[in-house]
Amino acid sequence: MKILVCISKTPDTTAKIAFTDNNRKFAADGVQWIINPYDEWYALVRAIEFKEKDPATVLHLVTVGAADAEPIIRKALALGGDEAIRINTDSHDAYTIASQIAAVAKEGGYDLVLTGKETIDFNGASIGGMVAELLELPYLSLATKVDIEGGAVRVIREIEGGEETDSTSLPVVISCQKGVAEQRIPNMKGIMGARSKPLKVVEPVAVDSLTSIEKFELPPAKAGVKLVPADQPEELVRLLHEEAKVF
Amino acid sequence: MVLIFIDQSERKIKKTSFEAITYGVKLAAQLNTTAAGLVLGQTDDDLSSLGKYGLTKIQQVDDAALNDMDAQVYTTVIAEAFRNAGADTLVMSANLTGKAIAPRLSVRLKAGLVTGAVSLPDTGNGFVVKKAVFSGKAFAHVAVQTPQRIVTVSPNAIRAESGSGEAQVEKITVAVPAAKVKVESRDVLKGEVSLADAEIVVSGGRGLKGPENWGMIEELAKLLHGATACSRPVADAHWRPHHEHVGQTGGAIAPNLYIAVGISGAIQHLAGVNRSKTIVVINKDPEAPFFKAADYGIVGDAFEVMPKIIEAVKKLKQ
Ligand SMILES: Cc1cc2nc3c(=O)[nH]c(=O)nc-3n(C[C@H](O)[C@H](O)[C@H](O)COP(=O)(O)OP(=O)(O)OC[C@H]3O[C@@H](n4cnc5c(N)ncnc54)[C@H](O)[C@@H]3O)c2cc1C
Repeated sequence: MKILVCISKTPDTTAKIAFTDNNRKFAADGVQWIINPYDEWYALVRAIEFKEKDPATVLHLVTVGAADAEPIIRKALALGGDEAIRINTDSHDAYTIASQIAAVAKEGGYDLVLTGKETIDFNGASIGGMVAELLELPYLSLATKVDIEGGAVRVIREIEGGEETDSTSLPVVISCQKGVAEQRIPNMKGIMGARSKPLKVVEPVAVDSLTSIEKFELPPAKAGVKLVPADQPEELVRLLHEEAKVF
Repeated sequence: MVLIFIDQSERKIKKTSFEAITYGVKLAAQLNTTAAGLVLGQTDDDLSSLGKYGLTKIQQVDDAALNDMDAQVYTTVIAEAFRNAGADTLVMSANLTGKAIAPRLSVRLKAGLVTGAVSLPDTGNGFVVKKAVFSGKAFAHVAVQTPQRIVTVSPNAIRAESGSGEAQVEKITVAVPAAKVKVESRDVLKGEVSLADAEIVVSGGRGLKGPENWGMIEELAKLLHGATACSRPVADAHWRPHHEHVGQTGGAIAPNLYIAVGISGAIQHLAGVNRSKTIVVINKDPEAPFFKAADYGIVGDAFEVMPKIIEAVKKLKQ
């Protein structure tokens, strides 16, 4: 089986979110970057498990980004994977990013493309579905369990109001969330080994973006908390009913 | 023309679709054009009654093959209906169905997609949609550059507005391709309010000490017709099911009221709930960071405070 895992670079979950350039750009100065948690904890770890079970599995990682994405992809390689591909463009348009990944996926003839549920910066949840459509493959979104046996795919996924068990056959695109695998911490051997793994840089295919971000905005600050004494909880209920009018 | 995809779950139309209808109808008025609804599969609901949300026309592909939501099949059918209707804008909920099909449709129709809109687009100069980014810590204004566009509407961001009226229902036929994915089984919560749909959410954290203490969380949620949620360590410890985990790496919700009990309010937790309209925090530590993000709070022991809150709500509901 040949697997491609999509890896995105995102600000650390504790990063201060601020903007520069008239609110047109994310203020990246001093920000720590991490592998998007859904990509790392679930998509990548599950792919590594497949390779551990069957060493003949080929596992490639792909990221769409400028050279500053390389430390992140090396970090991912420290967890596992044979080689990484960086597609050299800095676009934030989901369609552009998906088109780049689909081009690499098509050329590489992968059986399985895994993504995280969404990125924690742009929260689009769009890449997996777009890649699947571009490759004309089924897309199993929001998987909480992924099993593959001799080309047969069985997935439990979250649907509106519950969950569903689906079966299909490779090739397929799956987006992964909690339940698919357990987070792993890279070890020294992995970190050292990652340095010598191939990291290929490919130039992007020509594609027109469909959307662009005009500006960012921070939410208005909260007015401050109204504290109710602990021995008067009925006063809280009154405020919620009469003042906030939430029930 | 604005085409509104009306999602069903177990042959029933849910609240998120009423919100999408309201959004689509208002958007059509703003663009000086018409709106129509699109329903796939059979339904147990009376579609004409959706006229009360301002829709005058609904198309239904009344085909049992569409009772299962297959993303590829739905994409083909919706794209066909969109083209046949001569629509330029497609609106649907950013619920889990929307997440599965909107990206595919964006590619199929070459239509710019904005997921999770929190307000109506600015159409003064172009088509610019506001959506939450950085896990609710900011908003982005996204311009759609294509003549055709798709907007998915964040659950609970737009209040469904109903009045009176009846929609005309037209059955249309569209070729339905065979699905490549087989649905083996489906498990849908019946009668319970789903977390994403809930207007009121009562949530518990590690401060509740153990799963055996969730009775008061469930009772309050039930009294308020709300849903229950939890922090990540609570789900990790299997005190509560995974789907209740909210936060940066769990579900993102935006209810009218979020009541956090025994949750410290770590930045990653806030990321999933900070778009809630009113936040109430009950925590025994006055320094808990959650109080900074709260509208109302009680510094106190949850085990003493919660039973009294439940009593007071019961009294109010009598
Ligand atoms: C990359 C990353 C992603 C993460 N994603 C998420 C996420 O998506 N969601 C999430 O929730 N967390 C997430 N976390 C974890 C987060 O940082 C916190 O550790 C977590 O939210 C804490 O959960 P808690 O508030 O339930 O527990 P604690 O931090 O242990 O807080 C318990 C609280 O209960 C209070 N308390 C104790 N006893 C009582 C009592 N009797 N009555 C009233 N109050 C009481 C305490 O004062 C305390 O404030 C993430 C962390 C990382 C690093």
